[in-house]
Amino acid sequence: MALPAHAGKIETIWYYTFRVLCGMIFFFLIAPIVIIIPLSFNSVPFFTFTSEMLSLDPAGYSLEWYKDFFTDLNWQGAVKNSFIIAIFSTLISTTLGTIAALGLSRSEMPAKTVVMGILISPMIVPLIISAAGMFFFYTNIGLASTHLGVILAHAALATPFVVIVVTATLVGFDQSLIRAAATLGASPVVTFFKVIVPLILPGVISGALFAFVTSFDEVVVVKFVGSYEQRTIPWAMFSGIREQISPTILAVATMLIILSASLLATLELLRRRNERLRGMSPG
Amino acid sequence: MSATVESVAPEQMVTADGTPLKVSLARARRRARNRALLLVAPLFLFIFITFFIPIFSMLFRSVENELVGDTLHRTVPLLQNWDESGDTIPGEEVFAALQQDFAEAQKTKSAGRPGRRLNYEKPGFSSLFRKTARKAQKLEPPYREAFIKISKDWGDVEYWRVLKRESGKYTKSYYLSALDFSYDSEGNVVKNPGKESIYIKLFWRTLWMSMLITVLCLVLAYPISYLLSTLPARTSNLLLILVLLPFWTSLLVRTSAWIAILQQEGVINDFLVFLGFLSDDGRLAMIHNQVGTIVAMVHVLLPFMVLPLYSVMKTIPPSYLRAARSLGANPFTAFVRVYVPNTVAGIGAGGILVFIIAIGYYITPALVGGQSGTLISNLIAYHLETSLNWGLAAALGAILLGGVLALYLLYDKIVGIDNMKLG
Repeated sequence: MALPAHAGKIETIWYYTFRVLCGMIFFFLIAPIVIIIPLSFNSVPFFTFTSEMLSLDPAGYSLEWYKDFFTDLNWQGAVKNSFIIAIFSTLISTTLGTIAALGLSRSEMPAKTVVMGILISPMIVPLIISAAGMFFFYTNIGLASTHLGVILAHAALATPFVVIVVTATLVGFDQSLIRAAATLGASPVVTFFKVIVPLILPGVISGALFAFVTSFDEVVVVKFVGSYEQRTIPWAMFSGIREQISPTILAVATMLIILSASLLATLELLRRRNERLRGMSPG
Repeated sequence: MSATVESVAPEQMVTADGTPLKVSLARARRRARNRALLLVAPLFLFIFITFFIPIFSMLFRSVENELVGDTLHRTVPLLQNWDESGDTIPGEEVFAALQQDFAEAQKTKSAGRPGRRLNYEKPGFSSLFRKTARKAQKLEPPYREAFIKISKDWGDVEYWRVLKRESGKYTKSYYLSALDFSYDSEGNVVKNPGKESIYIKLFWRTLWMSMLITVLCLVLAYPISYLLSTLPARTSNLLLILVLLPFWTSLLVRTSAWIAILQQEGVINDFLVFLGFLSDDGRLAMIHNQVGTIVAMVHVLLPFMVLPLYSVMKTIPPSYLRAARSLGANPFTAFVRVYVPNTVAGIGAGGILVFIIAIGYYITPALVGGQSGTLISNLIAYHLETSLNWGLAAALGAILLGGVLALYLLYDKIVGIDNMKLG
């Protein structure tokens, strides 16, 4: 939206004021994330900029908190648990979610809206309520404080994202391709792997990424269904902030920011590939 | 042409194997429907077991009350004949049953839990049950006097009223407490006096804070979504990263960032002191209170408002505004009367989404909310972890769940659940 040539004085002023305003809102969004990064190289155990840091004195910076992260068993256990739990719950939720999305996007599916509403409700119910219910039930059946319990809980929380993303991909999917494959003699299994999978793969991968992040970032359910043995990175950060604030948390945060930036880049590439496959953009 | 139509008409159409076409078609449709259902079934079953049964078990726990009746299984049936509206405590036969129940409970060490359960209704029950259980086996008849000798409370008709009221299989007392009602000494339901009505106050606070957060998100999201939707695709895709990066960044990362920024020794306070706007001991308290919760939650939830708004605004042709201008509207009128009404769907979608997430929020208020900035979820967590009053936690959760489901249905009405998009 360029400023039109005929714009009057007031319009010109408003045009620039508006842009400055938007700039400030973008600053509000991104500044807290950017500010974490230099703070994590602090040489003193505080969450704040020291005068050495501001005068760019090398003595004000250190890698101490990164060293602490890589040597501390508490954090290393958390990293291991985070990946184990996120990978397994992603596998479960992506498999079940993709299959369900294939069913949901068939035109013969009865009561589609109701079924969809039920399947994505884990996303809508506040986490503390899911966590409370899972805490009661998983304790009764002996799944509380086990990795399996947390994995199943996370898989349940993550499936709605897979269902939504894969269903959205399937909207552009031409169902007649399946019939075409069948008339050419392909069995349903061959059709699935040779025709359906290559076309919906970008959607499935984005769904899996959503599922992975959901589990990787989740802390309420881990806190109630799991115990110290199932501690994940967010769990360790949560109790770290509550008990003893150390810049190690900021070092972890910086690494997580890098992780989410690369996730974002992957998703964007997938989105472009998906659009290209559907012929929606020349891109 | 009419001749051909007439010649085909009346005969029933059949498939190659001789079944009528209608039957064959219906069968094929049924098969296709079953195939679709079969694909959805595994996930349905999985969600049912790992998610719905837990939720039902929570709802059940908010009314379930078997503990007292199970432990005092001889006393409770006898109590049904006792008239609680009078001023006399039950007779000897009830006390005899009570002695047997307590003696048994002492053997199985199961007197503590019903005691704690009744303690929620009337403080004193917990110690009364423990004391009684220890001595029950050695009691000699007449039991009534023996019990009163252990503790005067057994002679107090109020304790017996509570015991009778809470001896059923189900109770509504958790819901009453969750809504700040309680029983008076006669057993009537009364509203708690103002100072003690903490739950209603917290529900209200959760509501108004969520509403404020939603409005703030809308105010901040509207301009940038508008800008994003009007810029050329290349620039807007770049700027969109500034929205998506926070969206994908861990919640804990963003919350700890706000702690680093807002705390007393934090970035903003340091900056203001450095500039001389604040003295070193006059640093602002911006965290561990409502301000901290609101600022951090607006930041966390802003992308949820921007994304639906942006996707709606992208579809509004810029020619609408130009048309309004050419018809004589000034820029402000054109914007308010033409542009804004076209974005109502986005406002509704983003608004309800942010509100739903906000009223159930737990992590951020727990870390930056302090005393005044905590929400109802934090109280549920407190009753689950610290006070261990799980029934009350479940009742509070059930009320919150009811509210969220109502909003979910509203969202479905406005946006449609299958139109939900991510990223």
